[in-house]
Amino acid sequence: MSVSENPSNQFRANLQHGVLEIDMSGDWLLDGVLPVSDALLTRIRTDKTITGIRFLTRDLGRWDSLLVTELIQILDCAAKQSVDVDKASLPVAIQGLLTLAQSVPERAGARRSYRSVPWAEAAVAGLAHIGLHAKKMLTFVGELAISMVSVLSGKQRFRHRDLWLCIQECGPSALPIVSLVSLLVGLILAFVGALELSLFGAQIYISNLVSLGMTREMGGLMTAIIMSGRTGAAYAAQLGAMHVNDEIDALKTMNLEPMSFLVIPRMFALILIMPLLCLYADLMGMVGGGLVTVSLFDVSLTEYLNRSAHAVQLKDFLVGFVKCSVFGVLIALSGCMRGMQCGRSASAVGDAATSAVVTSIVFIVIADSVMTIICNRVGI
Amino acid sequence: MDSVCIKVQNLSMAYDDFVIQRNLNFTINRGDIFVIMGGSGCGKSTLLRHMIGLQRPQQGDILYNGQSLWQADSATQRRILQRAGVLFQSGGLLSSMTLAENVALPITQVLQLPTKKVSELVAYKLALVGLAGFEDYYPAELSGGMQKRAGLARAMALDPEILFCDEPSAGLDPVSSKLLDDLILNLRDSLSATIIVVTHELASIFAIANNSVFLDTETRTMIAAGPPRQLLAESTDPKVLNFLTRGQTSTANSTIRQGVANE
Repeated sequence: MSVSENPSNQFRANLQHGVLEIDMSGDWLLDGVLPVSDALLTRIRTDKTITGIRFLTRDLGRWDSLLVTELIQILDCAAKQSVDVDKASLPVAIQGLLTLAQSVPERAGARRSYRSVPWAEAAVAGLAHIGLHAKKMLTFVGELAISMVSVLSGKQRFRHRDLWLCIQECGPSALPIVSLVSLLVGLILAFVGALELSLFGAQIYISNLVSLGMTREMGGLMTAIIMSGRTGAAYAAQLGAMHVNDEIDALKTMNLEPMSFLVIPRMFALILIMPLLCLYADLMGMVGGGLVTVSLFDVSLTEYLNRSAHAVQLKDFLVGFVKCSVFGVLIALSGCMRGMQCGRSASAVGDAATSAVVTSIVFIVIADSVMTIICNRVGI
Repeated sequence: MDSVCIKVQNLSMAYDDFVIQRNLNFTINRGDIFVIMGGSGCGKSTLLRHMIGLQRPQQGDILYNGQSLWQADSATQRRILQRAGVLFQSGGLLSSMTLAENVALPITQVLQLPTKKVSELVAYKLALVGLAGFEDYYPAELSGGMQKRAGLARAMALDPEILFCDEPSAGLDPVSSKLLDDLILNLRDSLSATIIVVTHELASIFAIANNSVFLDTETRTMIAAGPPRQLLAESTDPKVLNFLTRGQTSTANSTIRQGVANE
């Protein structure tokens, strides 16, 4: 491979007694000038007098993959026209590469073809996809119920240490963010209420608004949204990464049901902790509302506490409590489900975490609406 | 052909206070297939990470064509390493991209080429490693051996002068690992590249290497260097012999030793 005097590459084709002599000269480097081989390829395709191809490489300079890809084009084209190619006229190193590239023929059916899909077919496929998802979800819930029963009846066990770890992770560790968010939500509620109520001089009712709003609705909802982003996503990512590492398959081979070994402790932890977090959030919200009411709207602390105590009854707490337990189930369910359905690549773990959060928030909002409507109809 | 390509000079590697290997000195010639061998946990892969610029040595340097890798600024470092391709232990393919995108990534990063040319190059590189037609597959859909070969295709995407392979045959069946060895030999011959292989597979060490260095775990330094066959025939160090004969160094086996060495 000596450095050529003429570094610009070119093909010069010359027909001699039916044999096309292709003279390659110059440097053939990817970071240099790209050759134009279209004319040559067209000539091989259309000129029926060509019976063979030979290469002349006397003036060939330096070369890399560029030359080999060009040669592959010519060889493919020649093979289609059943023209003989004298590969022996190429440098040995190139012959070696060409042999290597052609040594394993393309596996039949390996290549994927994409065709455009008519919209009706796409719509049907989309519906089927949704159906498939719903089916997977139902299967997951069914399997979960079965292993829940077998755990509760003592047939299957999980490590209690895992349960405590999960509780630690979703309970005490979540307190700071829950405090901050619910404090601010209580504060916001107070400000929004004050806007209207102070028009009538009825600032005292801010406390009713804040305490009812927090206990019945906002405490639970905000906790659920925080926990779905914090814990639901973490569950999906943990279980998904375990899937990628074959850990879940390993559990199965050791006769440990992943459902009861991994999912149940996480589920129990959230179901236990969510109502408690909700109570805590209610309290922090009322503190936030109290801060605003007492310091800005001319209501004394005793009055605020008194009004709150009158406004909120046990049933209001219970409504929030039950709602939050339901949210806990939904968060654990969607987090674990997405984690267990995770694919086997790094990006699949990210997808699982994202879809866990989206799924749980959608479920939470739907469940909240349904429960609110029921409470309203029943008159609780 | 016998010019020095990489020179490792007085290299010491450590994670904080924990010294892994010290005082490594060896040279790799152009066109060599150089094997870094040694028992598990002796720092083979760490040495490789130092050579490809991922980890800074505690002491010493690595010279590429006489140019220091670790004294240079980051731009020079990048320029030096651009001529090297790396095959990682488990392929190192980006799982969110198809094979074609994986192989095209370094190409489009460095060169301005029309899309058609890029896809021709990708098809050629995949054909070289026996994966023609698998352009649209995601790494997760392939077997371990195929992932490794696809990793090799990506490592070769830019026609590297130096190719680093970290345990290319680990986790492959004997036939696939033989095929990969043949592929490496073939590539050396046709691309005249220098190839550095980290491995502890004896079969592949004897099949491909024409030079090697042996790292020892206990003394934390290299205890032998040279062509593996020569080491097997001439070395007197029990550790080296133990490794190269799979622990069968009794005199009864000296004939086997001679036989393998002469093969």
